[in-house]
Amino acid sequence: MVREAYHKALKELQDDVLEMGKLVSQAIQSSIEALKTRDIETSKEIIKKDQEINRMRFDIEEKCIVLIATQQPLAVDLRTLTAILSIITDLERMGDHAEGNAKINIMIGEEPLIKPLVDIPRMGEIGIAMLEKSLKAFIERDVEAARRVCNEDDKVDALHDQIYHELLLLMMNNPKIIHLATYLTWVSHNLERIADRVTNIAERTVYMVTGEMEELNVSKY
Amino acid sequence: MRCAISSSKLKKKSNPAVNVIDLKFYYGDNLALNGITLDISEKMITAFIGPSGCGKSTLIRCLNRMNDLIEGVRIEGCIKIAGKDIYDPAINVTELRKRVGMVFQKPNPFPKTIYENVVYGPRVLGVKKKSILDDICEKALTRAALWSEVKDRLHFSALELSGGQQQRVCIARAIAMEPEIVLLDEPCSALDPIATAKIEDMLVELKKDYTVVIVTHNMQQAARVSDYTGFFMMGELVEYDETTELFTKPKKQRTEDYITGRFG
Repeated sequence: MVREAYHKALKELQDDVLEMGKLVSQAIQSSIEALKTRDIETSKEIIKKDQEINRMRFDIEEKCIVLIATQQPLAVDLRTLTAILSIITDLERMGDHAEGNAKINIMIGEEPLIKPLVDIPRMGEIGIAMLEKSLKAFIERDVEAARRVCNEDDKVDALHDQIYHELLLLMMNNPKIIHLATYLTWVSHNLERIADRVTNIAERTVYMVTGEMEELNVSKY
Repeated sequence: MRCAISSSKLKKKSNPAVNVIDLKFYYGDNLALNGITLDISEKMITAFIGPSGCGKSTLIRCLNRMNDLIEGVRIEGCIKIAGKDIYDPAINVTELRKRVGMVFQKPNPFPKTIYENVVYGPRVLGVKKKSILDDICEKALTRAALWSEVKDRLHFSALELSGGQQQRVCIARAIAMEPEIVLLDEPCSALDPIATAKIEDMLVELKKDYTVVIVTHNMQQAARVSDYTGFFMMGELVEYDETTELFTKPKKQRTEDYITGRFG
């Protein structure tokens, strides 16, 4: 194979994306766990660690720019690089959503949760699983797996609906908890947005492999 | 493997193999290089780019005194290799050209076998023992990434090879002299993209052992293979920087205009 160093650099970039995805996945997981267990210290840690995710996004972006400028990638290589540029933007925003959840936990502070968290962790679990599957599909260039991931967004949307209505009812019954209930709707919204962004990753994988830009699952929100 | 693409920034510049200091070069009254000063890093690939007539080939030819063969030329300033001025009258030019090998635009193998092409230099220098010559031939062809393609036909004429293979024979012929520096003057301009890619891969391997200087009309090639790039225009060195910097964030407007095609 010719241009070995170039292909090696392309492969390393994909590994970097995977690494960044792991950090984001951990941030989402920890943000929900911290909310559940009312762990303010972990939330502070998540906020701090988001800078690492942001830094990583810039590093990967710079590497992509250097490869485009110096190696003149074409066809699937060019699509891979543009896919990476898009995916890291989505990953960085997902990291921000996890950071947002951590900030909400800090805002709730000493106050108790208005209800035990059941559906929010469920949303998180589905979102994280979707993220991991989407990155696997990206690395393995598996279009069918990418398409399947997008279908799961409906489950997250449904849970978001359910949580929103449940919290609305709680607020109507007890206006004193409106602020706390609103915080939880924000968490739910953040998780809903994370799942939407996962579908973007899947769309970029399809584009990378087929060259076709398709919207795979239009979110309700 | 360090190459232009494995890192966006070279952390540490290696020692200079060549120092060019305020070099002025005249063809008769015509000033072709106007006060060039630059260091060429050891065991790195340095590329010179620029439009036709900018002086890039003139400069590379100064590095092993190939320009001495042209009548009416005059040189001012200084070029040091390993700290010694190569234009000092005491310098033995033949010795210098052993240390600074050169490969030209058009593959120019001798009308001899592949083997005889590669061992030509060592043979002229008096190496007679077959086992030593065999060893030199294998090593040079391996470094030129050609050994596996020609090992079974070493005694066929080099002229029967493809253009890309002929160019690699010429590179092997230069390497067989164990030079410190390899100069390449547009080595791929007569080759197809696959042969070009093979030569480029080989250059990245070569720099593990040699300092490589390449002149190219193809600035994408400079971007792909080199660690440092110098951009020349009308005999001036406009900008000289790490390749990744020069092609992503050039500091001079003239460089930006040239590499983005807004020049001319």
